[in-house]
Amino acid sequence: MLEIRGLEAGVKGKTILKGIDLVVNAGEVHAIMGPNGSGKSTLAQVIAGREQFVVSAGSVKYDGRDLLELAPDERACAGIFMAFQYPVEIPGVSNSYFLRSALNAQRRARGEQELDAFEFLAFIQDRMALLNLQDELLNRPVNDGFSGGEKKRNEIFQMAVLEPRLAVLDETDSGLDIDALRVVASGINSLRRDDNATIVVTHYQRLLNYVVPDFVHILVDGRIVRSGDRQLALDLEEQGYDRIAARAA
Amino acid sequence: MNSETEMLREYTERDYQFGFVTDIETDSLPPGLSEEVIRFISARKHEPEWLTTWRLEAYRHWLTMEEPHWANIEYDPIDYQDIVYYSAPKSSADGPKSLDEVDPELLATYEKLGIPLNEREKLAGVAVDVVFDSVSVATTFKDQLAAQGIIFCSFSEAVQEHPELVRKYLGSVVPRSDNFFAALNSAVFTDGSFCYVPPGVRCPIELMTYFRINEADSGQFERTLIIADEGSCVSYLEGCTAPMRDENQLHAAVVELIALDDANIKYSTVQNWYPGNDEGVGGIFNFVTKRGACRGTNSRISWTQVETGSAITWKYPSCILQGDNSVGEFYSIALSAKRQQADTGTKMIHIGRNTRSTIISKGISAQRGQNSYRGQVKILKKADGARNYSQCDSLLIGDQCGAHTFPNLDIQNSSAHVEHEASTSRIGEDQLFYCQQRGLSLEDSINLIVNGFCKEVFRELPMEFAVEAQKLLEVSLEGSVG
Ligand SMILES: Nc1ncnc2c1ncn2[C@@H]1O[C@H](COP(=O)(O)OP(=O)(O)OP(=O)(O)O)[C@@H](O)[C@H]1O
Ligand SMILES: [Mg+2]
Repeated sequence: MLEIRGLEAGVKGKTILKGIDLVVNAGEVHAIMGPNGSGKSTLAQVIAGREQFVVSAGSVKYDGRDLLELAPDERACAGIFMAFQYPVEIPGVSNSYFLRSALNAQRRARGEQELDAFEFLAFIQDRMALLNLQDELLNRPVNDGFSGGEKKRNEIFQMAVLEPRLAVLDETDSGLDIDALRVVASGINSLRRDDNATIVVTHYQRLLNYVVPDFVHILVDGRIVRSGDRQLALDLEEQGYDRIAARAA
Repeated sequence: MNSETEMLREYTERDYQFGFVTDIETDSLPPGLSEEVIRFISARKHEPEWLTTWRLEAYRHWLTMEEPHWANIEYDPIDYQDIVYYSAPKSSADGPKSLDEVDPELLATYEKLGIPLNEREKLAGVAVDVVFDSVSVATTFKDQLAAQGIIFCSFSEAVQEHPELVRKYLGSVVPRSDNFFAALNSAVFTDGSFCYVPPGVRCPIELMTYFRINEADSGQFERTLIIADEGSCVSYLEGCTAPMRDENQLHAAVVELIALDDANIKYSTVQNWYPGNDEGVGGIFNFVTKRGACRGTNSRISWTQVETGSAITWKYPSCILQGDNSVGEFYSIALSAKRQQADTGTKMIHIGRNTRSTIISKGISAQRGQNSYRGQVKILKKADGARNYSQCDSLLIGDQCGAHTFPNLDIQNSSAHVEHEASTSRIGEDQLFYCQQRGLSLEDSINLIVNGFCKEVFRELPMEFAVEAQKLLEVSLEGSVG
């Protein structure tokens, strides 16, 4: 589904990603771990198409298409979703209006009927229940004044509504309390299907107890220094990046 | 759009029927302004002697005044002797003969705004023989208002039919000597709207001037007078959400509102005149004086404006809060894109006790637009317990535009409670990326963010107006990023 080869990318002349190879197939969950500043969010944003990151080498293919050719909204409409490490506030725009506009934009792109306000409300009911989201959050402006945990839950709620094929979740577990972590994790799990895939960026093995990855990759200084199964995350937790990275070298 | 609105629109679109006679040969005067010109206008409109004198006095005063230059706007000098101050209302026969003759850019805008084809023709001034089955409809409508004692007619008609009301209130809120442009308007105004709502009557529909000004030229020096008598209530919509063909560069309107005890006036404007092209060529200069007097206790005047057009906007709808417990409100969205310059805001003058005012101003600047908010809150000595809340927010799109705020406070009573908040923000790349990542196009993302920014003002507009105003902002912002 996603095929990244020799990807180098940076911002303002500074190279952050220094040759990434990563293949993600439908039905898989990949975890990406790595120290602060190693380039995890950069990778996520390059996949989502943030323009400030300039790709200087390599390729990214999505279902065989050149992903780098597409604008961010085209990628979204093609089924790519990114849960932001720092969700952005949009004052004055209600959360439900925002999400309905987004959903309708994607439905339009797929040639499907748009949903009106009532159909939309019906459509999101069980997804709200899934994430234990209060009605009140729907009517508030997007992320405006949301607590850290509420923002993260809202990201996964959006994902549940948009039903992406490829979801990149950037530190969605950070800032969640234990109950919220369980809610969010079960949300992610219940959205898993054979024909979609998930990349979770995380610092903590804890999330991976709930969302069990098929592969774990360790990113250090813009390179994937080791890949393995879920055991790698457990080892990492025990030994720390220094030793894991050293062993890779 | 409901049927009443439709009716009213039809009604106001009819050709003007009063006040013009055929016994004078000339249809237009040559450019220039003099006492003769004013006498001619007044005679042509069969005005009573007192009004002719009133105009002449305004003119003589105007001659002693200088064009104000304190606003944050720049333009080439206006030659007041180069303006035609009177031309008879053009019948549509003078307009283009078909849509093929109309500026394609204008047509493109109509299309984007979703205006039906037959209306596009009317807006563009194409000579169409509109089949008016609506004469009877309009009459029914007028009867309905008349049954409640509401007078709603053109200003010229009011001068003929209700001279005592006109004489009593004309110039009572905006004196002829008020400012340069108001003085000029007082001397040469050609027409406008008049409304009187009698005691205790709630006007059952939104009154609209909408397409009242059919003729390109009579909109230039418009005069509006609205009186809400004790305990009455009226909502008035001015403007047009589609840009109309208009060859006049200078517009100088005067609007006066008067609210007596317990009366309530809501005045909403959508202004969308030609802003000029990307290089700043052409476009309307809009110098308007709008002021409301809350004369009675517990009276309320609320101004809501969405200003997206004109090359220059100079406009400060104000409230004089004279009656105890009276309330003044100002809700404004002003957008300057291309090379537009808007200097707009309000004045709230607290005279009575426990008077309250609210100011919500949203300025949006894009491309090379310059947007200034200029506001004054004045609390006089006797205004015990006066309160004001002001909020001025500016949104910048791109880095070649500008936003400026000039708030002014003059507080002479220590019991006053005044709050002012201001913010300037830029549409963030992170916000745009967030929206786009969810599937919204760049333009939709901008519109969404701008609409969110303007929400508190849209909320104040009558529903159908709000929807159109929103669309208008979208069209005006097109191509401002990317
Ligand atoms: N817009 C930017 N301008 C300058 N430097 C940037 C920018 N974005 C990212 N960087 C730098 O690139 C490097 C990688 O950042 P990135 O956000 O991808 O790290 P991360 O692995 O997600 O870290 P964390 O675990 O702290 O979230 C960091 O050194 C960061 O400072
Ligand atoms: Mg990060």
